[in-house]
Amino acid sequence: MSAADMTLAFEIDCHFEDGTGCGFPGPTLYSFLFKPMFGNDDVYFNKTMLLALLGSIIIVGFFWAAFRKPKVVPGKLQMVAESGYDFVRRGIVYETLGKKEGEKYVPFMVALFFFVWIMNLWSIVPLAQFPVTAIIAYPAGLAAIVYVMWMSVTFKRHGFVGGFKNITGYDKSLGPILPMVMVIEFFSNVIVRPFTHAVRLFANMFAGHTLLLLFTIASWYLLNGIGIAYAGVSFVMVVVMTAFELFIQAVQAYVFVLLACSFLQGALAEHH
Amino acid sequence: MNLLVLAAEEPQNPLIPPLPELVIGLIAFVIVFGFLAKKLLPNINKVLDERREAIEGGIEKAEAAQTEAQSVLEQYKAQLAEARHEAARLRQEALEQGTALKEELRAEGQRQREEIIAAGHAQIEADRKAASQALRQDVGKLATDLAGKLVGESLEDHARQSRTIDRFLDELEAKAEAAR
Repeated sequence: MSAADMTLAFEIDCHFEDGTGCGFPGPTLYSFLFKPMFGNDDVYFNKTMLLALLGSIIIVGFFWAAFRKPKVVPGKLQMVAESGYDFVRRGIVYETLGKKEGEKYVPFMVALFFFVWIMNLWSIVPLAQFPVTAIIAYPAGLAAIVYVMWMSVTFKRHGFVGGFKNITGYDKSLGPILPMVMVIEFFSNVIVRPFTHAVRLFANMFAGHTLLLLFTIASWYLLNGIGIAYAGVSFVMVVVMTAFELFIQAVQAYVFVLLACSFLQGALAEHH
Repeated sequence: MNLLVLAAEEPQNPLIPPLPELVIGLIAFVIVFGFLAKKLLPNINKVLDERREAIEGGIEKAEAAQTEAQSVLEQYKAQLAEARHEAARLRQEALEQGTALKEELRAEGQRQREEIIAAGHAQIEADRKAASQALRQDVGKLATDLAGKLVGESLEDHARQSRTIDRFLDELEAKAEAAR
C-alpha cells in the first residue's frame, strides 16, 4: 500500500516548538479512515478489508495446519490449537450452556473467538497496526449474527408467546409493576443488547488504537529541544499501552463470545 | 502533507457501519466458520474421541491383565496347595505301607521261626523214635544173645554168673560207645 493510505506520526514533519507554528497533530476520526486501494466511493477495497481477509486466512491456515491430519498423540502445533479450542469449548460454551445444549454451538463460538481475537490483534502487528474491529461494521456484523441466532432460538424453543414472555422477562409474581418491567426488558433485550454487544468491542478497540496513536504521535512530535525528555516518557507509554492492548484484545474477544453464549443461555432457559 | 488532503471524504459517524466493510467482514467470518465447522473441528473431535477411547481402552486392558494375573495366581496357589496335600497324602500312605510291610515281615519271620522250631521238634521226635526202635531191636537181640550165652555156660558158679553179666554190660557199653 502506498504512503498515502496511512498517515504515520513521523510522516507529519512537525515538532514541538520547531518554529513552524504547527500544533500537535493528535489522532482524529481521519485516523480511522483509509483511502480505498481500488474501487469507487460505493464499492471499494481498503486496508481494513485486506486485514480482515488476511486474518481469516491466518486462522484457517493455523487450524488447517494443526487439525487437518490430527493425531491421537498430538504434536506441538496441534497441542497449542487444541488448548485454544478447549479453552472456548470448556471455558466458555460448556460453562454457560452446558455440555448437552452447548455442543452444537461450539464451532460457531470457536470461530467467533478466534476471528475477533485476530481482528483485535492486528492493532499491534507491525505494518498492519490497526484493529479491524475498530471499524463498527465488523463488530456490528458479528453482533447481528449472534442477535439473529439467539432470537431464532428463543422463538423456536418457546413458541411465539413463550418467546415473547422469555424476552420480556414475564413474571406474574411482579404484580402491578409487571407491564413496566416488560417494557424495560423488551427495550433492553431487543434494542439495546445487540447495539451494546457490538459497541463494547468497537469502542474498546477504537479507544485502544486512539491511545496508541496519541502516544506514538506525541513521541514523534515532542522530539525537539526540551520536549525530548517528554518524548521518552511518551515512548515508554507506547510500549506499556502495547502490552496493555495485547491483554485487552484477548479480554474483549473473550467477553464478546461470553456475551454471545449468555444471550443463548437466556434464550434456551426454561421460562418459569 | 495535510491530513485533510489524505482523506478526501468527510469522516462519517464512526457508529454507522459502511456497507462494503460489513459485507467483507461477514464474508471473512463465514470463511473461518465454514472451515472450522465443516472440516477442522469435526476432525479434531474425532481424534479427541479416539484419544479418550484409547486411554479408556488402555485402562480396561490393564484391568483385564490384572484380573488375569490374579486368577493365574489363585490357580497357582490352588495347585500348590493341592501338591502339598498330595505330598502329605503320599507320605502318609508310604508310612502306612511301611508299617504294614514291617508288620507283615515280622509275622512272616515269626511264622518261619515257628516252622523251623516245629520241624526241629519233629526231627528230634523222629530220631528218638528211630533210636528207640533200634534200641529195642538191639536190646532184644542182646537179651537173646545173653540168654544163649548164659544157657551155654554152666550156671552153677555164681561167680561165673556175675562175671558174665559184667561182661555183657561191658559189651553193651562198648557198643554204645561205638554207636556214638
